[in-house]
Amino acid sequence: MTIETRFHIEQQEFTLDVDISFPAKGISAVFGPSGCGKTTLLRAIAGLERDPNGYCRVGDSLWQDGKHFLSPHRRALGYVFQEASLFPHLSVRRNLEYGLKRVPMDKRRVSMDEAVSLLGLEELLERQPHGLSGGERQRVAIARALLTSPRLLLMDEPLAALDRASKHEILPYLERLHDELAMPLLYVSHAPDEVARLADHLVLLNAGQVRAAGPIGELLTRLDLAMEQGAEADAIIEAKVSGHDETFHLSYLDFAGGRFSVAGNALPIGHSARLRVLARDVSITLQAQTGTSILNIFPASIDDLAEEGPGQMLVRLDIAGVPLLSRITRKSASALDLAPGKQVFAQIKAVALVE
Amino acid sequence: MFSEADLVALWVTLRLAALTTLILLVLGTPLAWWLARSRWRFKFMVEAVVALPLVLPPTVLGFYLLVTLGPNGPVGGMMEALGGRPLAFTFAGLVVGSVIYSLPFVVQPLQDAFNSVGRRPMEVAATLRASPLDRFFTVAVPLARPGFLTAAVLGFAHTIGEFGVVLMIGGNIPGSTQVLSIAIYDHVESMEYGQAHLLSGGLLLLSFLLLMTVYALNRRFKVVQT
Repeated sequence: MTIETRFHIEQQEFTLDVDISFPAKGISAVFGPSGCGKTTLLRAIAGLERDPNGYCRVGDSLWQDGKHFLSPHRRALGYVFQEASLFPHLSVRRNLEYGLKRVPMDKRRVSMDEAVSLLGLEELLERQPHGLSGGERQRVAIARALLTSPRLLLMDEPLAALDRASKHEILPYLERLHDELAMPLLYVSHAPDEVARLADHLVLLNAGQVRAAGPIGELLTRLDLAMEQGAEADAIIEAKVSGHDETFHLSYLDFAGGRFSVAGNALPIGHSARLRVLARDVSITLQAQTGTSILNIFPASIDDLAEEGPGQMLVRLDIAGVPLLSRITRKSASALDLAPGKQVFAQIKAVALVE
Repeated sequence: MFSEADLVALWVTLRLAALTTLILLVLGTPLAWWLARSRWRFKFMVEAVVALPLVLPPTVLGFYLLVTLGPNGPVGGMMEALGGRPLAFTFAGLVVGSVIYSLPFVVQPLQDAFNSVGRRPMEVAATLRASPLDRFFTVAVPLARPGFLTAAVLGFAHTIGEFGVVLMIGGNIPGSTQVLSIAIYDHVESMEYGQAHLLSGGLLLLSFLLLMTVYALNRRFKVVQT
């Protein structure tokens, strides 16, 4: 199951010209600077922006091609706008019911109780929108969109208009959506930390064009794209908490290539988590080091390497199929005689838990 | 107090104002919606036509209506040919005149109200599966409620106060086309200042109360919506 879109829309500042398909499951992030056409793409998929020659298919249902155009209200989608845009004349409960009532009984897959508990709205139901905080409004807006049981949920920077505290209030709910609902989500953002935390699939948009698209692990470690990130170049590793060390206050997280030891023990055993490893925190040795303060050392093979300026190299490592980036000096690369296929050890000095 | 004739004139006036307001709300709502939403190049021409009764002397409007609706006019002649009566000097003719005369007082507040609703709530409703008509009645109309109130009261109050148009096409037939403003004129003509005072004072008070209600209610709506 995939979602296929093709649009050509001329705007004043840019021309959106895209041909993208992405998986109809998990969270796909559309990432790019402000004014690159992210919102226009989302609006076109929803049918709010009309491209007469556009093409949009979600799984087996065709939303538009050159001949047919399904009006927005006939598309099985949910849309969360940047501002919550709750109906001011309706209570929270009536806001939630607005979409639900308009979906035929046999098409409803998300119940009122489910949406309310998923987004923690029990206390808010009888309130009026104007009395809610920004974060609360956005949670109501997300639940309202969910209640139409969409085949595709579109979110246009749902956190951008919120302050830091409200953002942190909402992110866990978005992760729950990801974990508990089998509903594909297309998430527009210009915040790298949100993308690192949420996305499974990434579409990089620039000046109305698709720069690159693919699974997040692959895309982040593509050397040409990573170089543009500079000091922020990183890799995301999916892992699962497998145990705690109470004495040293550590958590163990297993991934395909081994076991990470990470400071802190807040997450329960069995919990999925994402680890973010910056390229500058990874060094390479030919033998496994002993007598080092570094806890996380994994055998790896060199996948690819590229010069980054006159003195530096960016290296993509492969740890049992999991890609990782390392930034080293050109001198080190030469001294270790690094080349694709060579077996080495990756020493990871720092790792951050992003969820 | 009020003479029998004055009460009849009051009754004609209220019936005329109520009927005119009702018709204007029904016709003016789609027109105002179209004016608020359309991106048609020549929309400004329609807006100018709607605003014409604001600046035309009512006698001019009344004169053209008389010419059109009278037995020799195109509409009046057609009605006569179809076996009806020409509209000039009838209550129905007054309604037609009043609808045109008060049109901007209903359409403009509605257009402003629809403009201030904006596109976003309608887009949200569309993504929540509401068809265009559905979202018009469940989102646009409730959000434009202050505009409907203003439009209804202004349309009603302005129709109560009309004089020139009525004089031209309605004449002064008691029980049918004699309205309050004309009754007042008659009293003044016959030097019955006491009666004229009574009716004028009554109209002044009624108009003030109506407008005060609009402003008071609209203030409350605004507080609710922010």
